[in-house]
Amino acid sequence: MSRLNVTIAGVEFKNPVIAASGTFGFGREYNEFYPVSSLGAISSKGMTIREKAGNPPPRIAETPSGILNSVGLQNPGVDHFIEEDLPWLRQQDVVVIANIAGATEEDYAAIAEKVNAADVDMVELNISCPNVKAGGAAFGTSCAGAERITSVVRQHCPDKPLIVKLSPNVTSISEIARAVEAAGADAVSLINTLLGMRIDIRTRRPILRNNKGGMSGAAVFPIAVRMVNEVYNAVKVPVIGLGGICSWKDAIEMTLAGASAIQVGTVMFTDPYAPLKIIEGMDSYLAENHIANISELVGQVELW
Amino acid sequence: MKYTQELCPIVRKEQLNQTTFSFTVASQTAVESMKPGQFANILVEGKTLRRPISVCGFSREEGWIRFVFEVRGEGTKIMSEMNEGQHMDILAPLGNGFDIDPREKAVFVGGGIGVPPLLGASAPYGANATVLLGFRSKDAVILADECRANGADVRIATDDGSLGHHGFVTELLAARLEESPCDAVYACGPKPMLRLTAAQAEKRGIRCMVSLEERMGCGVGACLVCACKTRTPDGGEKYLHVCKNGPVFDSREVIWE
Repeated sequence: MSRLNVTIAGVEFKNPVIAASGTFGFGREYNEFYPVSSLGAISSKGMTIREKAGNPPPRIAETPSGILNSVGLQNPGVDHFIEEDLPWLRQQDVVVIANIAGATEEDYAAIAEKVNAADVDMVELNISCPNVKAGGAAFGTSCAGAERITSVVRQHCPDKPLIVKLSPNVTSISEIARAVEAAGADAVSLINTLLGMRIDIRTRRPILRNNKGGMSGAAVFPIAVRMVNEVYNAVKVPVIGLGGICSWKDAIEMTLAGASAIQVGTVMFTDPYAPLKIIEGMDSYLAENHIANISELVGQVELW
Repeated sequence: MKYTQELCPIVRKEQLNQTTFSFTVASQTAVESMKPGQFANILVEGKTLRRPISVCGFSREEGWIRFVFEVRGEGTKIMSEMNEGQHMDILAPLGNGFDIDPREKAVFVGGGIGVPPLLGASAPYGANATVLLGFRSKDAVILADECRANGADVRIATDDGSLGHHGFVTELLAARLEESPCDAVYACGPKPMLRLTAAQAEKRGIRCMVSLEERMGCGVGACLVCACKTRTPDGGEKYLHVCKNGPVFDSREVIWE
């Protein structure tokens, strides 16, 4: 399927379909359905310098055509990942992206050094997690904060291509994208989840124990397409598009909006095989339309 | 490959009471490695999330799996409207299931819609099983006759006293544990019931396995939403996940909140 080969920030992908962080663990569970090497890349569960317990349950609520989650970055810590999960992932013939998060600049610097020294292909910097009190979105929702954290990570992680994952919960995502590009990001990925809330009318309590959570799934797709297109027109670095992609048609649409690669997440809860169907569907579409490579479609939407 | 996605034809649909439905589906792959106490994540037309439904019974030889569930919201309502001849799209077998030893004397404690997995788990025990079932009222009673048909000593409690003991199923448990020794307690039902069941078993030093429920996402342990607070061997606390580490936990591990 050479039609689907893409190169992003110098890293070659066999196809542009990436398992989105937080929906795929470290790959082992879905490898019980199909070889995860079928995917272009896996973005790991968001990791912090130390183990993180996460938020109390309930952590999920269903919404029309989507979900809210408030996991709160539960993860075993980056050292555990490097020792226990990375060796296994390395055997799977798939691009490995380490997704990293933190609460303070020091945390980000420390974890950036760890992943810089580890055998991962790329780093995805999470400055947009809506479910943790400190850090996360606090850095990702202002240009100064996003620029600052990107610089810190860039400085402590000089050897790996750096993707910065952007929050949609901002006034202008293009400005944040420009800020992280200026600070040394090699690519940006968007969108992370949109902040939302649901209330149980019987108990008059929020369904999520954390009150609020991040919304994802099909319902957010049009917002993601709009933001990817805006960011594509605002920066020179490649854009990775995600948010509600459920089918190969969505993936092509996101590519036309400006995505050099796409991430697939929530749809896997409905259909674990969705990424494979997306890969096949994209390839057939390219073949039928005599398009030699997916990169020819990136950003090719003709705006009115 | 440990997990299967299978399109299972519905071969038998029954309505057990006003809100509870039984679906038996034909299965070739998912049933092969199935254990009592495991669950399937079932696709609901038009919904993002599948619904985790415990396995009520299954036969590897005859190639079927039975699910009994209660209509609680939109998803289970849509599922209940499926009919024989249609297909259920299931991910299974998921979760750890019960570790059972039918040579032992075991007590099974079920409350409401927590009863179905206990039918399958208690079946191999025959007369070695005491099955204690709690319901709101006589109208809500399900699967009691089937437990009895397997040879179990079945006792029922209802909140309103319309059938059996007037009170909680945990009171039946206290009485049963007074009568004669047992090796293990298996429980599934509302959290307060599980907590009281665990306390009684633990007080007597009886092994107690509880099947927990939590709002779930992927069903396979990747998304980490269905968290359950547990004790670690070193005395700490840790969120494990109902879908992958459970749904069955040793009661001593669980931190009840």
